[in-house]
Amino acid sequence: MSLMTPLNRVLGLGTAKGAAEHWWVQRMTAVALLPLGLWLAYELLTLPGFDYATVVAWVREPVTSILLILLVVAAGYHSSLGVQVVIEDYVTGKGSRAATLMASTLAHVALTIAAVFAVLKIAFGS
Amino acid sequence: MHGVQRPVSPHWIYRWEITMWLSSLHRITGLLLSLGAVALAVFLIALATGDEAFDAVSRVYGSGWFKPLLVGWSFCLFFHLANGVRHLAWDAGYGFDPKRIRASGWTVVVVTLVATAAFSYAAII
Repeated sequence: MSLMTPLNRVLGLGTAKGAAEHWWVQRMTAVALLPLGLWLAYELLTLPGFDYATVVAWVREPVTSILLILLVVAAGYHSSLGVQVVIEDYVTGKGSRAATLMASTLAHVALTIAAVFAVLKIAFGS
Repeated sequence: MHGVQRPVSPHWIYRWEITMWLSSLHRITGLLLSLGAVALAVFLIALATGDEAFDAVSRVYGSGWFKPLLVGWSFCLFFHLANGVRHLAWDAGYGFDPKRIRASGWTVVVVTLVATAAFSYAAII
């Protein structure tokens, strides 16, 4: 039998860590990705070619640049949250779990920012 | 744990049915789409770097051995999108009774296969 109070036992154990926000942002990015994902599929379908000049001209269109940035940010966030849950489910052990979670989040942030920067560079490039 | 009969994971007790297959597939396709997002990021970064970098990446993405990956990612995208709508409906409180959950599951399977075939035929192959 534990002498800890119920409150003390639950603090710092999942339920007190902001699961509601995780759940909500996962759904919010999912809703954003529904039209954005279909839009990307449609654009790839109707792009006249995949040579450098054609693709650059496509990304440079303001509507394309903006929607691509929205897609990259929503997908990066959604993926980060999703992979986090998978890691929490399957990676046991405090140290390895913390290390895997940190590696995943850092990789997601780095790639998302790199992709956003790439779109901006193309959009504002000469 | 020793000698104690604990409840075990559902897959050891229940007959596998479509809801369980699609639930697993949602997570698997989600993980594969995370890898696909890396491929998309590499594509955009190469495009921003210049025509030489873009041509190098294009050669890889356009080669024969890469096409199955593109078809696979389009399958993952359409499945995760369609099944995601199902998940959002459940979150809102709709379609969770056994009859409708199976019907929506089979709808997702059909939509995914048709969309993947059409997209792959038109854009990849």
